[in-house]
Amino acid sequence: MWAAHVTTTAARALPDEYTLDHLDHLESEAIHIFREVAGEFERPVILFSGGKDSVVMVHLALKAFAPAPLPFALLHVDTGHNFPEVLTYRDETVERLGVRLVVAHVQDYIDDGRLRERPDGTRNPLQTVPLLDGIEANKFDAVFGGGRRDEEKARAKERVFSLRDSFGAWDPRRQRPELWDLYNGKHAPGEHVRVFPLSNWTELDVWRYIEREGIELPDLYYAHEREVFARDGMWLSAGEWGGPKPTEEVQTRQVRYRTVGDMSCTGAVDSEATDVAGVILELAASRLTERGATRADDRMSGAAMEDRKKQGYF
Amino acid sequence: MTSTATPDSEATVTTAPAAGAPTRRHDLLRLATAGSVDDGKSTLVGRLLYDTKSVLADQLDAVERVSKERGLDAADLALLTDGLRAEREQGITIDVAYRYFSTATRSYVLADTPGHVQYTRNMVTGASTAELALILIDARHGVVEQTRRHLAVTGLLGVRHVAVAVNKMDLVDWDQARYDEIVTEFTRHATRFGIEDVVAVPVSALFGDNIVARSDRATWYAGPTLLEHLESVPVGTDPSAQPLRVPVQYVIRPQKDGHRDYRGYAGRLSSGVVRPGDEVVVLPAGARTTVAGIDRARSDGTVEELAVAFAPQSVVLRLTDDIDISRGDLIAAADEPSLTTRSLAGTVAVVNERPVRQRDRVLLRVGTRTVRAIVEDVVDQLDIETMEQRTAPDGLALNAIGRVRIRLAEDVAIDDYRQLRRTGAFLLIDENDGSTLAAGMADAPDRSIGEGI
Repeated sequence: MWAAHVTTTAARALPDEYTLDHLDHLESEAIHIFREVAGEFERPVILFSGGKDSVVMVHLALKAFAPAPLPFALLHVDTGHNFPEVLTYRDETVERLGVRLVVAHVQDYIDDGRLRERPDGTRNPLQTVPLLDGIEANKFDAVFGGGRRDEEKARAKERVFSLRDSFGAWDPRRQRPELWDLYNGKHAPGEHVRVFPLSNWTELDVWRYIEREGIELPDLYYAHEREVFARDGMWLSAGEWGGPKPTEEVQTRQVRYRTVGDMSCTGAVDSEATDVAGVILELAASRLTERGATRADDRMSGAAMEDRKKQGYF
Repeated sequence: MTSTATPDSEATVTTAPAAGAPTRRHDLLRLATAGSVDDGKSTLVGRLLYDTKSVLADQLDAVERVSKERGLDAADLALLTDGLRAEREQGITIDVAYRYFSTATRSYVLADTPGHVQYTRNMVTGASTAELALILIDARHGVVEQTRRHLAVTGLLGVRHVAVAVNKMDLVDWDQARYDEIVTEFTRHATRFGIEDVVAVPVSALFGDNIVARSDRATWYAGPTLLEHLESVPVGTDPSAQPLRVPVQYVIRPQKDGHRDYRGYAGRLSSGVVRPGDEVVVLPAGARTTVAGIDRARSDGTVEELAVAFAPQSVVLRLTDDIDISRGDLIAAADEPSLTTRSLAGTVAVVNERPVRQRDRVLLRVGTRTVRAIVEDVVDQLDIETMEQRTAPDGLALNAIGRVRIRLAEDVAIDDYRQLRRTGAFLLIDENDGSTLAAGMADAPDRSIGEGI
């Protein structure tokens, strides 16, 4: 007799005319976040790599301020191992929008000895110092990142407004509680806030939004023929960054990328998906999460991301 | 002195999608979990993710590998959700974590909050954005002091729906009498905290009974599985039943060709519905005007005019009169405005090591407005063990919940939290380091002390 214990609620389902679908909900929340930052900070900047999450961020930011232009600059930390087509896409986007792009080059730091190349050739961990220098030199006080909480376990605890000290460090025990939608961006001089407008989006949400809005992405997100070789269970792209080793066999396959980061640690997956709808189908049927499948740098250890964030990484 | 701005010439008026669409829209439910350390909350959440196929092969591989290393004979689903190293070492959850899963009809944002006494702060955080609280009870222990604490926070934060998962039913042999006893007691407490909608489900998170898949062991139970209940619970509040509130976030002035005279006020509707022609009042100043237009960007960056907007949409409002409006102002329904006041009473939950004491100078944030404030009086503290009010001569320490009276340096517009959650909520902020001190919920404003309009 379970019914005896259940108090049925008087709450009615919402009238359909006042129901938002979940993408509208996420969009409204992200736009609210962009506007909060514009209202509370002096010099915000959007981290823009030409990757899909940063492209969606810029699209949302444009929507937040239309018909006025984007009130933020863009910042890219260039590892020097980027896919050429992504850099082309980045530059075309900047040109089209007429915004200011600041680029911090990892290569400059390697050339003058401030950073040292790692034996494995991976440059993702080397991005932290140029990023922090770029933030400091330009006096950026709010830095938008495309990080999502569904990406990795350590990110599940990230705030929408994530306070960083002047070393960019993230202390999980010192993050402010985030209550209602009252984001508290108060910070001391020298500190900055990382802001994640896509916090509550999943990878599938991002793709569905790209489809709905007709957002253009770099071609490598869709299936194409490419010379690749196998390493650590991933297809890596042959290129000037240092792969493949003589023992690694190069073959031509039809692949697409689920993320586009440093060429040395971003893997492709075999794919038939030549358009957004195809990607969504493959993704819905996929048995691998985005980062685990394609990012070598997140596999370093169970606590890799947590350690990286403490050092001031994204 | 009317200067109605005109939007893009190519703008067209669009209406909201027609009602009565054949299928329900894929909507979003935000929920928060609460459970004591050993209630099996991580396992239940892991089970929810696992059985809705939100866990993918590589995550599962990692869980199975670690489970084997620890000599377990089955995959420990709790490992799916234990994220930070400190927690893995202690086997506890020390902070709010957000999890995502979805079904064919709904997407879920789950705020997974720790249940120990010292983490009341996290529970308040999780509950502040939740429409449903998922509370776990260990069938062997029944309603314990922690359960009452979870209910107190849930009621205080105005979470409308509670789902109670009576877990570990396998350890009490699926005893119906035991289950009934727990649910009766739980419901009695819930009523005390003003929670009207309670649905109970007997479950075993470890074996997956009644989480997603129906149990064949609870033969006497005919109610919904936990997920069936989450799928069917009504989401949101009908915006047409509440007065309009739009905290102004940002003023949009393009100052470029085609938009020389454009001036729009960007904000997200906290509550209510708005249409062009509606009469509004701008608070705290109190100037009345009319909505000239509602703008929203299309995906190509051009602007469309809307015939109607409703909470929680983000829009830009244009007004017929040229009034001085900036971030921090509140646009409200003229016939049902918020109260404008320089003093307020409310309940606060302290979320900072620094206590909240009488005569403390702080900042108060409500909506998009931040003003200087003084804690005039700490009226009392809620004793979470006994649920009684007691005096608080030393103020309110971290994780304490109590009532305060606050005096403000400037007028603010605020609502009764129990009526309008978004515009009745406030933060107390440390003036020196900017950290959040307390989460506040305003009482029904006392019109005798306000600087009424």
